[in-house]
Amino acid sequence: MEKKSARILVFSTEKISDPAIDMAGLLKLHYPPTVYTIAVPCSSGIKPRWIMHAYDKGFDGVFIAADGSDCTYGETCTEKTGHIVGITHQMMKEKNIDPARLRMAAICSVCSESFVKQIKSFNQYLLQSTKS
Amino acid sequence: MNKKLGVYICHCGGNISDYIDVEKVKAAVAGEDGVYLAKTTMFACSDATQKEMVEDIRSNNLDGIVVASCSPKLHLLTFRAVSERALLNKYNYVHANIREQGSWAHSDDKAGATEKAVSLVKAAIAKVRLARSLDPIIIPSKKAVAIIGAGVAGMRAAIELADMGCPVTLVEREYFVGGRVAQWDVMFTTNQTGKELVTRLYNEVIARDNITLLTGAEVVANSGSIGDFTLKIKVTPRYMKEKCDQNNLLKAIEACPVVVPDDFNFNITSRKAIYHNFPGEFPQYPVIDIKNCTRCGECEKICSSVDFSQQEQTVEVHVGSVVMATGFDPYTPAEGEFGYKLSDFVVTLPQFKRLTDINKDNLVYNGREIRNIAYIYCVGSRQSEGDNKYCSRYCCTSAIHASLEARNKFRNVNNFHFTRGIRTYGKQELLYAESLRKGDVYLQAYEENPPLVEVKDGQITVTINDIMTGGREISVIPDLLVLVTGMVPRADNSIASKFKLPKGRDSFFNEIHMKLRPVETVIDGVTISGACQGPKNITESVNSALSAAAKSYSFVNKGELALEPIIAGIDKDLCTWCGECEKACPFDAIKKEKQGEKEIAVINNSVCKGCGMCLPVCPVNAINLIAFSDREIESMIDALVSV
Ligand SMILES: Cc1cc2nc3c(=O)[nH]c(=O)nc-3n(C[C@H](O)[C@H](O)[C@H](O)COP(=O)(O)OP(=O)(O)OC[C@H]3O[C@@H](n4cnc5c(N)ncnc54)[C@H](O)[C@@H]3O)c2cc1C
Repeated sequence: MEKKSARILVFSTEKISDPAIDMAGLLKLHYPPTVYTIAVPCSSGIKPRWIMHAYDKGFDGVFIAADGSDCTYGETCTEKTGHIVGITHQMMKEKNIDPARLRMAAICSVCSESFVKQIKSFNQYLLQSTKS
Repeated sequence: MNKKLGVYICHCGGNISDYIDVEKVKAAVAGEDGVYLAKTTMFACSDATQKEMVEDIRSNNLDGIVVASCSPKLHLLTFRAVSERALLNKYNYVHANIREQGSWAHSDDKAGATEKAVSLVKAAIAKVRLARSLDPIIIPSKKAVAIIGAGVAGMRAAIELADMGCPVTLVEREYFVGGRVAQWDVMFTTNQTGKELVTRLYNEVIARDNITLLTGAEVVANSGSIGDFTLKIKVTPRYMKEKCDQNNLLKAIEACPVVVPDDFNFNITSRKAIYHNFPGEFPQYPVIDIKNCTRCGECEKICSSVDFSQQEQTVEVHVGSVVMATGFDPYTPAEGEFGYKLSDFVVTLPQFKRLTDINKDNLVYNGREIRNIAYIYCVGSRQSEGDNKYCSRYCCTSAIHASLEARNKFRNVNNFHFTRGIRTYGKQELLYAESLRKGDVYLQAYEENPPLVEVKDGQITVTINDIMTGGREISVIPDLLVLVTGMVPRADNSIASKFKLPKGRDSFFNEIHMKLRPVETVIDGVTISGACQGPKNITESVNSALSAAAKSYSFVNKGELALEPIIAGIDKDLCTWCGECEKACPFDAIKKEKQGEKEIAVINNSVCKGCGMCLPVCPVNAINLIAFSDREIESMIDALVSV
């Protein structure tokens, strides 16, 4: 049977992007129910091995809802989260995993619409790429 | 050891169970490893359920609980307290958010939402299985609070904190305190004047030794965090000595060649670059507006109190908590919006308030005696198309109050109100009744058919299809048109980025929870009060100021703070000191230490903020964050895909 939606793991951040994802629910902005969130304190604390573990266990995609410049821990967050994505992309290539199955976007605490838009487009991409 | 766990799945009235089959979720998780009891509950946060949980934990000796309900941002503290009451270490409770990220987000797909809820609860169970009992980290907290903004909210909070024995630094950007209230003459609902209110608050502020008031002052940098914020404050001098001969001052003002619009009067009058305060403005010392001053020296020749040698200063203060009280700006209509700027006789409500204050016997504006006044309501508020969807709350009452004031103070005034339905809630309704009794005319339109303003040959015509008279077209030709403008966030709200304060969809500062945590922000130790949080009248501003004062006090009063023990930990055996973690830490919490033969990284527990930036940079994976360890995260991932 063809999948209706891809299985996506979202790493959100407790103070910034997770409130935006909550607000998406509050506003009844729908996205696929196969999107699951694990909230961490800061996106620059995500270990590449957690992301690789998710692919290993069957997630189609991983989305990092990053703090961006709103990070309460410091301005270097964007750069550091970008670095994590870079390293993970390298690990994915070595394992023959399409690097586009990992996405990152800065999601501010009220960026609910942007989150839903990003997730829907990621879902589309993952459905297309797993079909082909 | 296998843990004995309790799982509670909330209906949230029907907010969850209308879309998620909570019984199915219960059945799906009841057999999970370690789950001793699984229950559904109508409201997990209700008193009765909380008591039941305490009883369950105690009588069954549970080692951990999972609560699946609304977002943890709302009730994390509630269920932590439940655990503590049951003598279960609070870190053995894990939350699953099945409302905001479950039933509400997927109300279009009940089967999908239910399946997701099962996965989320299983992931929470996986996490609580590995949870450890933890003790909070105790850090010192500076017993001092900074309040940003000395309007009614800021001053009232300062007085309250000072009376609780807490030193306060009150930082006001302008040269005078009082904020917007200083600009209003007679006010609803008590008819007190702004001047009376501000004078009273200012006198109380200066009577307290433990309040340091800085005017002309702005926070230029902030560092640190709850318990220990360091603020750098730039203080711009007044360029005037405190003692000043009034006659010479008046002559100096007259001699000053620089004329600028007076923002105290919302630009309907002008002032000089050297100027004196209005009677309701404190401290009552004159100022030289250095941004506009050309340094021509004319004033200096006349008035010996002028002192250009005064220097800008930067003061550093250390405080445990910060109260934000920076207020609001009145909405400025766009050119052409209801005739704004198309005629000299279209003003905003704040301008009209100043106008009725400045005029004494007759209401005269731009040389015209004003008799017929039209008011258009909800300008810049309740916009279906624009950004400001919200109601500004104060304006219906204020417009009615100002129109009554105009009627009482000046002769032959007729008021015509073009409304979208009057919202004089609570006791303010009495003013509306009085206005009707006195014969003011009220006309009403729906938002899609607002009143039309035409300006032709200097004449203003306001036309409405009045729904109160079955849609009849009615026109009024007023001498003055008042646009009843709403409240918007301060145009210069750069202070928000200095504290990383989140804003809501309306762009005002955002609280954690509107009802349950109304003055706290996600930035620990920073509270919000007054109209910087959203439109409020004075009563509401002061209510929130007192609440913010109490909350901020609770962060500093004991001199120490219990912090979340969610910090990084180093595996001594794995670490071989490469210095990468030290470089990654933005708080200087990691240092090299010799342990036996080996050099390893050591975390300073009271400085570590638990961000986790050191985790991914460790080449030997020797660092884990408490509650976010590899085992915890990976077991959650396993559980999420297990359904
Ligand atoms: C036309 C009009 C009429 C009104 N009439 C009434 C009435 O009759 N009755 C009533 O109850 N309410 C009335 N209100 C509402 C009332 O004005 C507000 O409730 C009140 O001003 C809110 O007080 P505040 O201290 O929160 O904000 P504000 O009065 O805006 O004061 C905020 C202060 O913070 C300062 N500040 C801002 N940014 C910074 C910064 N970065 N650093 C340092 N300081 C800063 C400002 O200079 C200001 O002094 C009226 C409002 C309007 C627009």
